[in-house]
Amino acid sequence: MPRVVKKKRKTINTLVAWSIGLLIFFPVLWTVLTSFKTEGQAINDPPLFLFFDWTLENYSIVQERSDYMKFLWNSIIVAGGSTILGILIAIPAAWSMAFAPTKRTKDILLWMLSTKMLPAVGVLYPIYIGFIKLGLLDSRFGLVIILMLINLPIIIWMLYTYFREIPEEILEAARMDGAALWKEIIYVLTPMAIPGIASTILLNLILAWNESFWTLNLTAAKAATLTAFIASYSSPEGLFFAKLSAASTMAIAPILILGWFSQKQLVRGLTFGAVKYFNT
Amino acid sequence: MNNHLSTRSIARLMMAPAVILLLGWMLIPLTTTLYFSFKKYLPLRGGDLGWNGFDNYTRFITSSAFWPSIYATLIVVGSVLIITVIFGTLLAILLDQPMWGQGIVRILVIAPFFVMPTVSGLVWKNMFMDPINGLFAHLWRFFGLQPLEWLSHFSLGSIVMIVSWQWLPFATLIILTAIQSLDRDQIEAAEMDGANPIKRFGYIILPHLYRAITIVILIQTIFLLSIFAEIFVTTAGAFGTKTLTYLIFQRVLESQNVGLGSAGGVYAIILANIVAIFLMRVVGKSLDAKKN
Repeated sequence: MPRVVKKKRKTINTLVAWSIGLLIFFPVLWTVLTSFKTEGQAINDPPLFLFFDWTLENYSIVQERSDYMKFLWNSIIVAGGSTILGILIAIPAAWSMAFAPTKRTKDILLWMLSTKMLPAVGVLYPIYIGFIKLGLLDSRFGLVIILMLINLPIIIWMLYTYFREIPEEILEAARMDGAALWKEIIYVLTPMAIPGIASTILLNLILAWNESFWTLNLTAAKAATLTAFIASYSSPEGLFFAKLSAASTMAIAPILILGWFSQKQLVRGLTFGAVKYFNT
Repeated sequence: MNNHLSTRSIARLMMAPAVILLLGWMLIPLTTTLYFSFKKYLPLRGGDLGWNGFDNYTRFITSSAFWPSIYATLIVVGSVLIITVIFGTLLAILLDQPMWGQGIVRILVIAPFFVMPTVSGLVWKNMFMDPINGLFAHLWRFFGLQPLEWLSHFSLGSIVMIVSWQWLPFATLIILTAIQSLDRDQIEAAEMDGANPIKRFGYIILPHLYRAITIVILIQTIFLLSIFAEIFVTTAGAFGTKTLTYLIFQRVLESQNVGLGSAGGVYAIILANIVAIFLMRVVGKSLDAKKN
């Protein structure tokens, strides 16, 4: 008898959860569907769900009209560049805080976190004018630096929490063997830390890809990323829903896929270790 | 001893780049903003017109745009927090139940968080909220109702809807993580003792979630205070959607009144710091706890 009840409950749970899940996901799904319609079908009343003439023309129009590949490339360079640079700076810092902590380590960690709290708009003008003076406005290099700086605290924190999980006994054993510090890092620490580093890279790529304060304010035609490219659709011209959808789909697809792999890291990376993560 | 010392100095050396960069990132723009905030500075209309004390600070808060911007900020941040925490908790509890295809449902629920803000802003604005061709308009007409002008008549509500959609996954995921770390035996014991679901929720689950919800509120507040792109691509600050962040952006870059905008920036920094202090306390405690 209880087994029947349990099964019934499970069925109800499943139905409710799937309905809510699909409802939340619907805007994304609708965007993807609309990207395969013609402009006329995109605004059809009643709305067309599956039975329309699927077409790829919007994708080629978007690419032709505004050179989508250029923005994609900018996004890749900026997100990838800032992540790599951030990781290179963060690994030694996180390593030393995790394995050679001092009395001030906690304060330094919290201070680093506090720099993340600085509202971007509060320092908009100094950065903007600094960029003009240094010739960095609308350059990918400038964006790489800024995005690296805003995400550096998160990278250091994430790596720190991962490094702390590496048992110290293993490092000590290596030390006993008389391994030099650099050997210790390369042969002992790195292999154990690689999963953590990979997760950190993943989350940071997502954050940098979607960043849309600095990418909107510090770029124009040359270094504009996908966030800025999409923003150019905010002044509509005629029928454009299908084109907007195609552009949006291309802009979010890569990161949506990465994101689905990084659910676990999301909690760790954005709560600064303040929420215990057992099962996820 | 010698060896120990060298390890420590190497450790310091390894931290140096990160510390120096972040120190520079914090101090240089901050002092520049402070500097400009005491100046009358109009790059397009005369440039640096000298010091003017606290004039920018008083003018910023006495301008007719200030209180509406505070109102808009509070409504957006407050409503999004309430919506995401309540629905996030409910959704997390639901996702924790046994069901078929749990992993897929989770993927569906998390998706909005990975959609870039300009995309979600424009997709909602056009494909859902457009008063003629949007899906909501179709839906309203289907029921024989007059379609709504979402972003002009319900501007703040519309922004709240878009932003809540983006942040619901974050709240859900963190609360779900906390629920899953709950001691299963405790719940089962309560179930055996005949505690009904509401009692189980109120006495066992909710107290356990207190900390996770605090974290969600604090972190989201920091991010929500600086929402920008969603407003930039939908209303561009019109129809009462000018938040403090947006107002400062307009003062600095659109009307190029740098002194005034910088004073506003200092207010925003102070506001964010008030929230940050609480967040630091919670995070600091968890650092201590981990050491034990």
